[in-house]
Amino acid sequence: MNFANAAVGQYMPGESLMHRLDPRTKMLVSLGIIIVLFVVSNPLAYALLAVPIVLAIAISGVPVKLVFRSLRPLTFIMVLTFVLHLFMDPGEALFSIGRITATDQGLRLGIVTVVRLTLLVLATSIVTMTTSPIAFTDGLERLLAPFARLGLPAHELAMMMTIALRFIPTLLEETDKIMKAQMARGADFESGNIAKRAKAMIPILVPLFVSAFRRADELAVAMEARCYRGGEGRTRLRELAFSGEDLAVLIVAGAYTVAVAVAL
Amino acid sequence: MTSGLFWAGGRAEVSSTVIEVRNLCHTYMRGTPLARQALKHVTLSIAEGELVAIIGRTGSGKSTLVQHFNGLLRPDSGHVFVDGKDIWQKGVALRDIRRKVGLVFQYPEHQLFEESVASDIAFAPRNMGLSDNAVDDAVREAMRIVDLDYDEFAERSPFELSGGQKRRVAIAGVIAMRPKVLILDEPTAGMDPRGREDVLREIQALHDEHGYTVVLVSHSMEDVARFANRLVVMEDGRIAMDGRPRDVFQRRDELVEMGLGVPQITDLMAELARRGHNFPTDVITVDEASEALLPSLLAASGMAGESDSPCGGGGR
Repeated sequence: MNFANAAVGQYMPGESLMHRLDPRTKMLVSLGIIIVLFVVSNPLAYALLAVPIVLAIAISGVPVKLVFRSLRPLTFIMVLTFVLHLFMDPGEALFSIGRITATDQGLRLGIVTVVRLTLLVLATSIVTMTTSPIAFTDGLERLLAPFARLGLPAHELAMMMTIALRFIPTLLEETDKIMKAQMARGADFESGNIAKRAKAMIPILVPLFVSAFRRADELAVAMEARCYRGGEGRTRLRELAFSGEDLAVLIVAGAYTVAVAVAL
Repeated sequence: MTSGLFWAGGRAEVSSTVIEVRNLCHTYMRGTPLARQALKHVTLSIAEGELVAIIGRTGSGKSTLVQHFNGLLRPDSGHVFVDGKDIWQKGVALRDIRRKVGLVFQYPEHQLFEESVASDIAFAPRNMGLSDNAVDDAVREAMRIVDLDYDEFAERSPFELSGGQKRRVAIAGVIAMRPKVLILDEPTAGMDPRGREDVLREIQALHDEHGYTVVLVSHSMEDVARFANRLVVMEDGRIAMDGRPRDVFQRRDELVEMGLGVPQITDLMAELARRGHNFPTDVITVDEASEALLPSLLAASGMAGESDSPCGGGGR
């Protein structure tokens, strides 16, 4: 295990159109695609929905291998749901293993689920991989702003997310360091049964929590020292700018997605 | 101080080499746009009994290098030998390597996790599969070496100790494995002058009295000048200099260019020489400097033998 290597969905700086787009555009388009993804059930629709995703990956210049790596953590869930669908759904029998029988409907639903999940993960990954965390939460805050009037703490949510995102790499690095330090003292995280392995996590988790609390304290003090007092009246260094490119992409992609949803 | 007994080329025989790295390369985040090559073809060997300091700026690759010494990082290419054995060959138990080459990380107190000091120090020897008695012996010995009184500290929680005490507990946690080589990554980082002094003195004692081969990673020239008998300077993933501190500090301009500099006292002597005074320039400690300067100062004041205080003299 080495956490120093790129985390899933990590931002990869670049200059492409995907990188330039306003985060709101990217989020709205991918959200639209995802919603339609779960509304339609026609194989042709999936193929059509895959088109903008593949296009986005191609434009972004992010290595394809890296985008697909984000599927890895979900492999287990995908295989599990596929197998469950295949054997548990009703329908015409395809083949049997002992007393359990695979059905045609199960096969179809299994494939549909796997395709949906795959496209979902790819669509979100390509957004996070081309959007810096700051731009991402900025976009989110602006998108949620209208709901603030209904009592949704948009700024607080965005700030929490910014902080969480900001600290993921720090904590991963910290975990990596603590693991190495304990390995240097002969700790073994890879062998033994589940109980033994869970116990082997204690020497990592205790120091990790201690340091997370310490960091949280320090951060709170640092924020207060700089007069942070919530979102009201707060200005930004970089205002999000919705450009002509954004408008074009939003219209074209939006129209395309809606058309797919309506037609199929 | 012995003058580089183990360092001098002729003395270091092949058999006494404990750690050797050959042509080591390491790249972080390989295969992504964020890839960064931290080590570029590093070759280095460390002999038994040496006290080596590895110096370099942040990001020069020194921490990456020492994490290869006990197999925590796997090189992209190149070899690591411990006691002549290639540690990445099949059948080599990394746990044995890590026992032989103890590594104390930067801010090691951040790794403490147990309820009591004694059980935290016992973590490593227990992982090594020692019996309860042997573990207890190891803990007591380690605590004695780092100057922590067993009766006073053994049952206390490591989290309620002072910063300096915590760090000692953490160092004891590695010493308790009785390694052959002890690597310390920035052992004085973030400590006050007194704590620094204590830790440095302990490290020197580990080497001089307890016979450890010590590798010290640092970016402070002042810290290492006094007692390292060999200095390895790293820059940008490569070894830029390697030799006795005295010789390395002669290359002052290059060191300054690297953002490292030389000890202040060496700077002072160089400046005096530049102004035409006939003093040695290979001075690296304050003691040596006063030895070199005192006679002239006393002579200049014309009060040699009359005053105990060379600074107060002068008679004007």
